[in-house]
Amino acid sequence: MQTALLIEQLLNGLQFGVMLFLMAAGLTLIFGVMGLINLAHGSLYMIGAFACAGVAAATGSFWLGLLASLAAAAAAGAIVEMTIIRRLYGRDHLDQVLATFALILIFSEGTAWLFGSFPLYLDIPPLLQGAVELPGGVRYPIYRLAIIGVGIAAAFGLYLLIARTRLGMRIRAGESDREMIGALGVDIRSLYTVVFALGAALAGLAGAMVGALQSVQVGMGEPVLILAFVIIVIGGIGSIKGAFVGAILVGVTDTMGRILLPALLTAMIGPAKAAGIGAAIASMLIYIVMALILAFRPQGLFAARG
Amino acid sequence: MAEPVLDIRRLSKSFGALKATDDVSLDLRAGEIHALIGPNGAGKTTLIQQISGALKPSSGSIRFLGEDVSALDVAERARRGLARTFQISSLTPEFSALRNVMLAVQARQGSSFRFFRDVMTDASLTEPAIAALSRVGLGDRVRTPAAELSHGERRQLEIAIALALRPKAFLLDEPMAGMGPEGSRALTVLLDGLRAEAPILLIEHDMDAVFALADRISVIVYGRIIASGTAAEIRADSAVRVAYLGEPG
Amino acid sequence: MSRETLLNAGLALLLLVLPLAATALGEPFYVSLATRMAILALAGVGLNLALGFGGLISFGHAAFFGIGGYAAGILAGHALNAEPLLSWPFEFSGSDQMHVVWLVAALASALAALLIGAISLRTSGVYFIMITLAFAQMFYYFAISWPAYGGEDGLSIAIRNGFPGLNTALPMDFFLICYVLLMLALVLSWRIRDSRFGAALQAARQNDVRVAALGIEPFRTRLAAFILSGMITGVAGALYADLNRFVSPSMISWQMSGELIVLIILGGAGRLFGPVVGAMLFVLLEFLLGGLTERWQLFLGVILLGVVLFARGGVIGLLVGRARHG
Repeated sequence: MQTALLIEQLLNGLQFGVMLFLMAAGLTLIFGVMGLINLAHGSLYMIGAFACAGVAAATGSFWLGLLASLAAAAAAGAIVEMTIIRRLYGRDHLDQVLATFALILIFSEGTAWLFGSFPLYLDIPPLLQGAVELPGGVRYPIYRLAIIGVGIAAAFGLYLLIARTRLGMRIRAGESDREMIGALGVDIRSLYTVVFALGAALAGLAGAMVGALQSVQVGMGEPVLILAFVIIVIGGIGSIKGAFVGAILVGVTDTMGRILLPALLTAMIGPAKAAGIGAAIASMLIYIVMALILAFRPQGLFAARG
Repeated sequence: MAEPVLDIRRLSKSFGALKATDDVSLDLRAGEIHALIGPNGAGKTTLIQQISGALKPSSGSIRFLGEDVSALDVAERARRGLARTFQISSLTPEFSALRNVMLAVQARQGSSFRFFRDVMTDASLTEPAIAALSRVGLGDRVRTPAAELSHGERRQLEIAIALALRPKAFLLDEPMAGMGPEGSRALTVLLDGLRAEAPILLIEHDMDAVFALADRISVIVYGRIIASGTAAEIRADSAVRVAYLGEPG
Repeated sequence: MSRETLLNAGLALLLLVLPLAATALGEPFYVSLATRMAILALAGVGLNLALGFGGLISFGHAAFFGIGGYAAGILAGHALNAEPLLSWPFEFSGSDQMHVVWLVAALASALAALLIGAISLRTSGVYFIMITLAFAQMFYYFAISWPAYGGEDGLSIAIRNGFPGLNTALPMDFFLICYVLLMLALVLSWRIRDSRFGAALQAARQNDVRVAALGIEPFRTRLAAFILSGMITGVAGALYADLNRFVSPSMISWQMSGELIVLIILGGAGRLFGPVVGAMLFVLLEFLLGGLTERWQLFLGVILLGVVLFARGGVIGLLVGRARHG
């Protein structure tokens, strides 16, 4: 197998990974600060994608669409937090799961009502079309490189936000002691809304960027949501660092597994059987990785809390 | 002399820089009540946690009935006959008092993998459970859900559960806490007779009860045992007076 | 007799009378509606063991439902084509008999539940929810990418599997099979709830530290419940495939897992007949609202949200109040 293909797939894996990180970061932040498991996080991803596709189609500008995706997802997040999610913080996880499952149904069906059942398509902005030649002679799409750049920038920005700002200090306080932070005179209610909207915006951003690579359709968020869960389980709930490491691990493992496993099996049992078996095993690979990590570290790689 | 029922040797437990248990050795002999006293935060409950298996010590060993149980988990130590009560009542709140104790009876019988017979019609469960409840004075609260019992009654239920396990040793973590004078007196009488059935390691703040009951007393301060002896010896110990009773020596 | 027992008896009777009346009125469609109710209720009875009694919030029970479904589809396919499925340790070329299918469905689900449970039950809380969801998704993707049995397109069952002495092609015969299995599972579930094992399981839900301190291993108790739970849901999956004469990866989807939880909650979690009420209500809503609009799940979402926020005990809780334990 050529090195060029490997490098290309490695970059694809990285791109997939940073996109997953944007999802996982919000989920893990919301769990870390508010103790809430949010199944509807995939809906926010979908809302971002639809907002971007809708606004881009209406205005002809991808960039306005991208802004709209952030705004729409953050607004949807804030509204849902203030009307419904807020009532769930003190409830047990079953209630949180059910209520946010109900939200998935409402968001999905509502979006299908508004936009119809057919997928929308989003074009890559002219600025980022085409490919560049990387050292080693690999030609790689600029847009995917841009996603990797945005993802890493978002990770770095999140790190700065949490480590260096007043908001970050409050978030950290909220993670370590929920009662304490109230005693410090911080307005918990608005802090929670802000954290939830921040997580939603990250999900919306991921949805919008991926929208230009795939089709934009109802139900696009949940498979990504479940992968984000796998990442959080691997990384440790509540840990942003764990989410980053887990996301890259999952993104690269999944992408590389899908080309390496069939190739490996072809060498062992011949191409006829290898394609099917290889694809089937590759589709299970990340879950097997998750199971292995759990077997040795039930709390994940960077457990922040139990 | 026969080997002690419970033999703790050089046990230490650190949380970061804090030494919650610092080189503690103590034993529990057949037929005795050994009281463990000390100020709040001295590390008494941490010690119980390690003996029962809920916390893993940093170093040291725990021998029970002649065998090293240091590597065994909570359930396995319980099955070998180590019964523990909790400082803060730990019950199954939806179950009635009776069913809380019945669960202990079935645990003792090692029969939790039976899938068919209704427990409420099973006299081999209900009778010992009712007997244990009567013994702690809860005979008239059999059908009350644990969540609806008063604080003192929940403490009594804790004891009934421990009794129903018919253990080889009791670890009682502040059984009198919040019981009221009458309840404490009744429990003192009960524990006094109980030591003949199985020895008791008793953590207790009620000094009247401790000095009335204990064959031996160990005093723990900042995770260390600073004195150990009979009630009279402890009363006379100047280190204890300074460190614990707060009197000048 | 308690009010709950009366309500349960009434529900069992209602579910039986519904298709009988439909047949008498010459409306066979309603028989298949009632069959769907019975099968989903059976799947829910399985999940209720883990979720209701054990407090194990499995968001991955569709895995067992799907495994049962594929057991029915694969065995029937092999039997039809007389292709050997196994040549070792014994020759086995599928079966078109339901009792064989159920056995295989139960065993395969048990094995899957053992694997999933052994890993996921080492954790608790949100970890458990996310891990069970993830493992079900693993089976989902496996079913999609494994080409031998239809992959994404699913697998048709040419002729509904048979049962000795009955003509399963008749809607009423097939309904009765499903109904009797549901009743058997309810009896089993009732006995388990009141048994020593049930006591340990329910106690572990309320306070696992206490249970361990008594000398009962919460892990082993939960694993046994999880396996039993998976087996029952697996058998329901086999029936579901036979009802539709079709099985596809969608039976393993996260939506399916979610719906199973939803129908238990609608009915009343931890209540014996909670899954029965829930399944009847769910299928009825799907039928009534689905007839009005394609987007009926929007209303399901709103109803569910209302139940979670305002009516915790489900329908049974509303009708007869909170559960009491001896």
